[in-house]
Amino acid sequence: MSQPDAATAAAPPPEPSAAPPTDVIHNIGYRAYEGPRLGRGYARLSLFSQSLRGAYGLGRSAKSKVLPMILLGVMCAPALIMVAVTIFTHMNRLPVQYTRYAVLLQAVITLFAASQAPQSVSRDLRFKTTPLYFSRPIERIDYVAAKYAALATALFLLTALPLVILYVGALLAKLGFAHQTAGFAKGLVSALLLSVLFAGISLVIAAVTPRRGFGVAAVIAVFVISYAAVSSVQGVAMSQERYDVIGWLGVFSPITVIDGFQTWFLGATSAFPHAAGPPSAVAGLVYLLVLFGVAAACFGLLMRRYRKVGLS
Amino acid sequence: MIATESLSKRYPRVTALDRLTVDVTPGVTGLVGANGAGKSTLIKILLGLAPASEGRAAVLGLDVATAGPRIRSLVGYMPEHDCLPPDVSATEFVVHMARMSGLPPAAARERTADTLRHVGLYEERYRPMGGYSTGMKQRVKLAQALVHDPKLVLLDEPTNGLDPVGRDEMLGLIRRVWTDFGISVLVTSHLLGELERTSDHIVVIDGGKLLRASSTSDFTKVTGSLAVEVTDREDELLDLLDLLTAAGLKLRRSGHLLQVDIADEDTYDVVRDAVAGLGVGLVRMEQRRHRIAELFIDPESADDPAGDHGPDHDPGPRHDPDQEGGSSVAA
Repeated sequence: MSQPDAATAAAPPPEPSAAPPTDVIHNIGYRAYEGPRLGRGYARLSLFSQSLRGAYGLGRSAKSKVLPMILLGVMCAPALIMVAVTIFTHMNRLPVQYTRYAVLLQAVITLFAASQAPQSVSRDLRFKTTPLYFSRPIERIDYVAAKYAALATALFLLTALPLVILYVGALLAKLGFAHQTAGFAKGLVSALLLSVLFAGISLVIAAVTPRRGFGVAAVIAVFVISYAAVSSVQGVAMSQERYDVIGWLGVFSPITVIDGFQTWFLGATSAFPHAAGPPSAVAGLVYLLVLFGVAAACFGLLMRRYRKVGLS
Repeated sequence: MIATESLSKRYPRVTALDRLTVDVTPGVTGLVGANGAGKSTLIKILLGLAPASEGRAAVLGLDVATAGPRIRSLVGYMPEHDCLPPDVSATEFVVHMARMSGLPPAAARERTADTLRHVGLYEERYRPMGGYSTGMKQRVKLAQALVHDPKLVLLDEPTNGLDPVGRDEMLGLIRRVWTDFGISVLVTSHLLGELERTSDHIVVIDGGKLLRASSTSDFTKVTGSLAVEVTDREDELLDLLDLLTAAGLKLRRSGHLLQVDIADEDTYDVVRDAVAGLGVGLVRMEQRRHRIAELFIDPESADDPAGDHGPDHDPGPRHDPDQEGGSSVAA
């Protein structure tokens, strides 16, 4: 403790007039930090914002910005085209429902989730940064909540931005304000739920492995295979004219859960064959339960996943 | 700084810590033990990340069982393993870790620049860390542990993987953390030799048990040895060896010298009387300081899992019959 004298002597800011310019590059020694320590809530928020920025490659290498930015562009391009068409051909409505947009572009959303969920959690496991986080004032639940919220927010930006474009375009085209606003609001609710659901599922899968490639492949596989299976069985049911079965089958894949949910609760037109949404109130309720149940289960699984991750 | 009381950690098959009671005072404290001796387990418990099976521990006067987050905002931790994402620059990374420790954004940036300069990282700090040498990576790891100006830093094997020059630089840096920055240090190593130069206090644990805890100067004093040379080099030397052994002293022969461990003040008298009794001439009797390393148990027995529940160690210094083996641990 011999040095603090020197440190405190050097610590006050140099007086602008008196300080000779030659002292500028002088080593000022160690300075103690007397400022605030903002603790756990702030640390959680810092992890959230860093993970959210990371999902779009911000604060990382130029290379890691390429894919998320391209996907964001691809997500918005159709909306811009639709808006342009609507305005220049003087259509009296948008070519697509707000709630249908995400379903149409689900491949892009899946790719984003598949590429960025492993980016968010597998890297921490692979480069062993996770133990370092837990040496900070956060607890396990803070880490899980920050990562979950960050990816959900990133997905929400991805899905909501094109809706904003559509909405602004619709207003520019002087379509009915009340009708457009209601549709836009429903679209946002649906985009939010979709983001939470997709974020949960893809994070749980990605957190299993420190290998980013495996994570990407596994997330894509789960989304694509489940959707393909549901669609083909729905196709079979369609050919047998079992429309209620079509409506029930939707609970087995993430995007069709969203479709069924918004069809029943938000008055959207279903993208299922024959536009057969949930056949009954019970089915509608099941969609609701599946949606929130899966999201909650994902959170629980992530908590479980990090139970053993202490320092090593 | 740190006080543990009968601290134990038992896993289903291993006892990692066994009724460990230590008191760490401000300064640089070396925590020495072979791999698997319980060093990392102790750090985990001190950071409030793993519950102890029994006993208590307090860091900076805060109970580890209840005040984990508070402790972790006032303590820095440098892990043993690599923990740096390669596609991020040192500045980005350390700023992020500073904010994770609770520093507001502006303070985080300012202290990151300061801290990276103090650990000797300059223009490189803007480049992705994937291209760094081991020495530079260790510096970044140290910087992230210091960036929030903790009261105490726990450094887990900070010299691992460094070449001799890098090791000396790192040890010098660790010394400065205390002397220049006023931050207390608990540094672990399986190499005693390097902690001897850096630490004010040494704590030796083995198989989760406390083997020894004292200041570095005590350590080398108590473990000093007496080099004895007499005029006759063969028969009488052997007689002297027998005589001293019979008197209960620990000693060994190296060439024409006898190395006698100094148990207490009486050792000198015993040696003098024995030499006089034999009637040989005493050429020299000089006190030598042991390197702490010479006391260290040999790596085989320390790595042996049997040591976990195992033999009741003599609390005093242990002597390796094979000195070569003992020294090579420190090399």
